[in-house]
Amino acid sequence: MIRFDGVVKKFGDHVVLRELDFTVSPGEFVTLIGPSGSGKTTILRLLMTLERVNDGRIYVDGECLTHTSKGDKTVPANEKHLREMRKRIGMVFQQFNLFPNMNVLQNITEAPVRSLGLSKGEAEARAIDLLDMVGLSDKAKAHPSQLSGGQQQRVAIARALAMRPEVLLLDEVTSALDPELVAGVLRVLKEIATTTDITFLCVTHEMQFARDVSDRVMMFDQGQVIEDAAPEKLFTEPEHPRTREFLHAVLDRA
Amino acid sequence: MSEPYSTILSSILSGLTTTIWATVGGILLTIVLAFVAGLAMLSPSRVVRFISRVYVEGFRGTSEVVQLFWLFFVLPALVGFKLIPLAAGILVLGLNHGAYGAEIVRGAVQSVPKAQQEGALALSLSPAQRMFRVILPQAVVEMYPPFNTLFIQLLKSTALLYFISAGEITEKGELLRPVFGSDLVFIYGVELVFYLLLAVVITMVMRLLERAGARRLGRRPSKRRVLEKVPEGGVGF
Amino acid sequence: MDWDWENARDSLPLLLEGLLVTVELTLLGSALAYLLGLVFAMIREARIPVLSQLIYLFVELVRSTPLLIQVFVIFWLLWPALDIKPSAFWTGVVALGIHYATYTSEAYRAGIQAVPKGQWEAATALSLPRGRVWTGVILPQAVPRVLPALGNYMISMFKETPLLLAIGVVDVLARAKEQGAETFRVIEPYTLAGLLFLLVSYPSSILVRRLERRVGHL
Repeated sequence: MIRFDGVVKKFGDHVVLRELDFTVSPGEFVTLIGPSGSGKTTILRLLMTLERVNDGRIYVDGECLTHTSKGDKTVPANEKHLREMRKRIGMVFQQFNLFPNMNVLQNITEAPVRSLGLSKGEAEARAIDLLDMVGLSDKAKAHPSQLSGGQQQRVAIARALAMRPEVLLLDEVTSALDPELVAGVLRVLKEIATTTDITFLCVTHEMQFARDVSDRVMMFDQGQVIEDAAPEKLFTEPEHPRTREFLHAVLDRA
Repeated sequence: MSEPYSTILSSILSGLTTTIWATVGGILLTIVLAFVAGLAMLSPSRVVRFISRVYVEGFRGTSEVVQLFWLFFVLPALVGFKLIPLAAGILVLGLNHGAYGAEIVRGAVQSVPKAQQEGALALSLSPAQRMFRVILPQAVVEMYPPFNTLFIQLLKSTALLYFISAGEITEKGELLRPVFGSDLVFIYGVELVFYLLLAVVITMVMRLLERAGARRLGRRPSKRRVLEKVPEGGVGF
Repeated sequence: MDWDWENARDSLPLLLEGLLVTVELTLLGSALAYLLGLVFAMIREARIPVLSQLIYLFVELVRSTPLLIQVFVIFWLLWPALDIKPSAFWTGVVALGIHYATYTSEAYRAGIQAVPKGQWEAATALSLPRGRVWTGVILPQAVPRVLPALGNYMISMFKETPLLLAIGVVDVLARAKEQGAETFRVIEPYTLAGLLFLLVSYPSSILVRRLERRVGHL
């Protein structure tokens, strides 16, 4: 479903991803862990086309995201191509990023109406279903500023799902929440992961959640995958010393 | 250089000296009035505060052109003597921009952290000492950027002296218009270039002063943009 | 003090006529400045290759040079070049509009840049069309914060309109001049003209200050 092929990403002189290769199968839930600066968030941002690759290719569902062919040459994708590809990928952000000038329902229906061309009625029906799923059906007319962080994040999840993406990217979605609100969001995510066939790529520090829900966990360090295994294996018998170090530091804090 | 161009250039150059006089005189008067009125607005005396407030709101609230006309045409009728155009011009420029400057001074002084005032008080410094040795040196550093903008506005306002025939750049250009009607692009082009150059000079001087002032406080002056900084990656277009 | 109350009373109607013209100029000029400034700001924020740089240069040029010269350039140079003859009034509207558009564009840009980057990213993630990102997400957040600055520019414009006297616009100052020439008494018309400005701009600036406080709570 997702394939990174020799991807290089630099910010100025700082190389974040060096010739990264990995694949994700359709419907898989993959969690990325590792120290900050290891490039995990950059991977998500590249997939969401918020950044451009310096070298290498990214493929989504067999199609190349980052490049198109013009005649017999391969060129970096133009905005039009990116926009089309983007519709199949969704993202939930650490800071929720709900639109403050719209209420909850409008936030969720905005993109389906404007990007997918749904009618207002269809979009609203879909939105109400999703609000149900995240447990906020009574908040349809509420304003983001009236909601708690956990509720806002659940709305953000519903908003991303309204686009019926094939891939959903989760960027530290609980890191900005008060601890007591985290569980609610994780519960919603778990339900979505198990009941849909969306492919998930998740960056998180919530190790328990990762163990629970992931099919695979990838450990990152300095822009490379240093370990890639099922959660039961990785968390109990990490092979790479760096992984062991990291897990020790993170899990012993809990 | 061909005939009309050299005539035009020398004519406008003759106006440049008047523009410079008016600008410098205006700036000096502005600085004086800005500090006097600005500090007066912070005075403990209600009467002093009121008078300075009237000056500031009065001059900020009325049109500079009208002030110019008033000072040049009405004042003679009242007090009997007529000011030479340049003097009237400098007076209006100073009074008008001094009122705006007073707000800059007041704002900057009020932005100095209260802790500084309290520290000075604890050291038993007199009110005057507190103001001049502690508060003002810190406040002045904050004033450079807004005063820079204000002085450039003053420079632009010297063009209004056209209305009272003070002999500055804009007037010289207009006098040339009936004669050199086909070279208007050159005439206005030269005028604009001179104003731009003067604006650049003002900005350079202000930046130098700001750096010197900040160094005395042991601070680095705020980095200001020369070219616009757009967020990295553009904005999604 | 040599004040003639009768002359003052007689001058007033004429001055008010002129004030009406001044107000019209200000409203029309401001409308143009608000619209054009937004266009400038959006072009610059969008970083369109050649156009954005040209707009930048144009904005810096117009901001740093006297409005009076720009009025002359438009009136004596531009109109003949385009072979049209708009009235002095409309020349004034255009000149004021363009000049103040360069100020409002800076205000708009500050407002646009104050919108959190996350909003742009969320809009991208949702694949919203470009136009909708601006009209649905960014501008509704950027513009309200900018309103006090826009209000202040309108007040500044109001006070600068008398310089249009130079191309023959018959505003409040022109009327004062007329009256002075007719009656040989200058003190009443000019003083009243000044007071009329104060009467309009001072309450307006109080209103803007109040708007500033309300917007500060957004």
